[in-house]
Amino acid sequence: MGERPAFDFRGNILRALADGQLRRNLQSAMDGLIRKRRAVFDDPAELEALRTVGQSLKQAALSRLPALLEELEANCTANGIQVHWAETAAEANRLVLAICQGERATRVVKGKSMVTEEIGLNHFLADHGVEVLETDLGEFIIQLAGEPPSHIIVPAVHKNRDQIARLFHARIPGAPYTEKVEELNAIARRTLRQKFFEGQVGVSGVNFAVARTGSLCLVENEGNGRMCTTVPPVHIALMGLEKVVARLEDLPPLLRLLTGSATGQIVTTYVNLISGPRRPGEKDGPRELHLILLDNGRSRILADPELRQTLQCIRCGTCLNHCPVYVRIGGHAYGFVYPGPIGEVLTPQLEGLARAGVLATASSLCQACGEVCPVRIPLPDLIRRMRTDGACQGPGGPEDGCRPPLWESLAWKIWALVNTHPGLNALGNALLGRFGRRLPRRGPLAAWSAVRTPPRFAPKSLHALAVKEGLPHE
Amino acid sequence: MPAPPSYPAKPTQVYFFATCLVDTVYPEAGLAAIRLLQREGLEVIFPKAQSCCGQPAYNAGFPREARAVARRQLRAFPRDLPIIVPSGSCGGMLRHHYPYLFAGLPEWEAAQRFAARVFEWGEFMRHVLQVRLEDRGPPLRVAWHSSCHALREMRIVEDSKALVRQLAQVELVELAREEECCGFGGTFAVKQPAISAAMVGDKVTDIQGTGAGRLVTGDCGCLMNIGGALAHRGLAVQGQHLAEFIWERTHG
Ligand code: SF4
Repeated sequence: MGERPAFDFRGNILRALADGQLRRNLQSAMDGLIRKRRAVFDDPAELEALRTVGQSLKQAALSRLPALLEELEANCTANGIQVHWAETAAEANRLVLAICQGERATRVVKGKSMVTEEIGLNHFLADHGVEVLETDLGEFIIQLAGEPPSHIIVPAVHKNRDQIARLFHARIPGAPYTEKVEELNAIARRTLRQKFFEGQVGVSGVNFAVARTGSLCLVENEGNGRMCTTVPPVHIALMGLEKVVARLEDLPPLLRLLTGSATGQIVTTYVNLISGPRRPGEKDGPRELHLILLDNGRSRILADPELRQTLQCIRCGTCLNHCPVYVRIGGHAYGFVYPGPIGEVLTPQLEGLARAGVLATASSLCQACGEVCPVRIPLPDLIRRMRTDGACQGPGGPEDGCRPPLWESLAWKIWALVNTHPGLNALGNALLGRFGRRLPRRGPLAAWSAVRTPPRFAPKSLHALAVKEGLPHE
Repeated sequence: MPAPPSYPAKPTQVYFFATCLVDTVYPEAGLAAIRLLQREGLEVIFPKAQSCCGQPAYNAGFPREARAVARRQLRAFPRDLPIIVPSGSCGGMLRHHYPYLFAGLPEWEAAQRFAARVFEWGEFMRHVLQVRLEDRGPPLRVAWHSSCHALREMRIVEDSKALVRQLAQVELVELAREEECCGFGGTFAVKQPAISAAMVGDKVTDIQGTGAGRLVTGDCGCLMNIGGALAHRGLAVQGQHLAEFIWERTHG
């Protein structure tokens, strides 16, 4: 869902790497985000303790997810929230459409939400005559440009100020050309404010849903989220099943981890805690409030004890910011909604290994992501797991017709044979020492040699030298 | 995250685990590491049946093949002696991933015991042997490259640097993006050659910017990658493994 029709990872990567402007935009943005995060988490011991708390809160919630979701449903219902379950993206889309149609709504205002990107909501609604306006500044920018988000927190991070200035001037009627940030903000604000009052339905995501109190927590910095959830007469909130936590007390550490990791803030400008539609006597808030709980493959992920950790994700985006691959190719190259390390792990699970397993190759397993993830998802281990499952060696066995290339399986078999037989190993080393320098530059060696001199195999291996040196070699 | 290891008292004998890259491409680095251990009075044993730690297959998604090779290593170092590895990355595989690789299998206990005996060469030199190095070389500016697994898995980069800092005539300079991967990543370099090339290209530019005459690192994968890229660009900066560098500066 939401991906461009043909997924050509290699082509995407080459195009992105050739785009110097993209690289500069990303590098400066990522450097800024990394710096801010570091500044807000300036005590390493405290950060590690907090990460442990975050991890255990999310793990505890996942370990009794069905019960928590039922509790959430009961308490939301008691609060006047109408709860719906959607097993697939298509079901969730149809639910939103049905609510819009019930309201005879043709205009929807939307706050930033990755889950609506995951299900391709905007396209679906547009195809059915419902116009969606993105109200988050970044989302607004890329909607104008007709692009999907390239980052899960900063959707327009691939664009710099000049590019945005040109875009506004070209696409917003009457907008003058300006490169001043305040003026660009003012233009966006003017355009959006009017739309808020025209919006008949507001759509938002959810950062955390609290089971015990039946409340939805949403953080943001622009106030647009609050507008979307309070101004239109109907508010629809969508969330993946994994967003539920047990108690209100779980929120402070998780929020601190989320905002600190995402934007380097101690707290966001707006923290919305929504516990129902407008009650009699209240002055604002929607007349109706719907919550859509989306599965879309999540229960399958939950069933695997290792992969389950994927669902701990609080979508902070910091694994993207710290990823040396993401910073060079940007989010669009990944071809699906979730880019970067979490995308390499989540997308193959959502879309299948046959389609998206290749994403897991885009990592040097440098572990920068695992080191910063606020809920300690072992991203490198899960990336390796995707590779393993893609090679049909995972605990689940072969899946959805995904097979490794024959040459690769064969190459590793030979490698294993050589490395388990000292005689073969010695022979191999001797051959490499003699002929290694004359290996034809084909296949892997061609890829290697494009920017590097080929490795120079030693005439005598250390095995051979150790014997010569008279080392004890039992 | 892995717990820091507890260091044993100075032994009289150690095993040396060469790693496949040192064995075939950088044997002089291995010899230097061995000689420096011997100079501290240790007997260094080189088990003949050793080969590769298995990491290439493991990280490529072929744990069955990795396990077959790893099983060999478990058997090749039978006695209760420290196993010294001149690589943070292979060290990380042996210490942190072997138990994971054999989880739920009969070898799990053996893997645990094996893992506890593994030490990266520089960390062993510093913490167990507590070496004092006397620099005999001319003044030299050296850039240090931290391998990702030395940095984030073994966490021994400070040990490596502490050894370099003992060399009185050596000026150690830090890279602007020291903690960023050089783009090697085993099969990553050939499965995603364009991204890997961009990464090593930036690393080389970073190194060039320091004005260092030598690039020193504790991992031969990175060395092969960065050294190869330095040479390909025709730069005079020479890449070298930490052990070979220290041997060159302190012997004779
Ligand atoms: S995987 Fe971790 S670091 Fe990445 S977005 Fe999710 S919570 Fe943040």
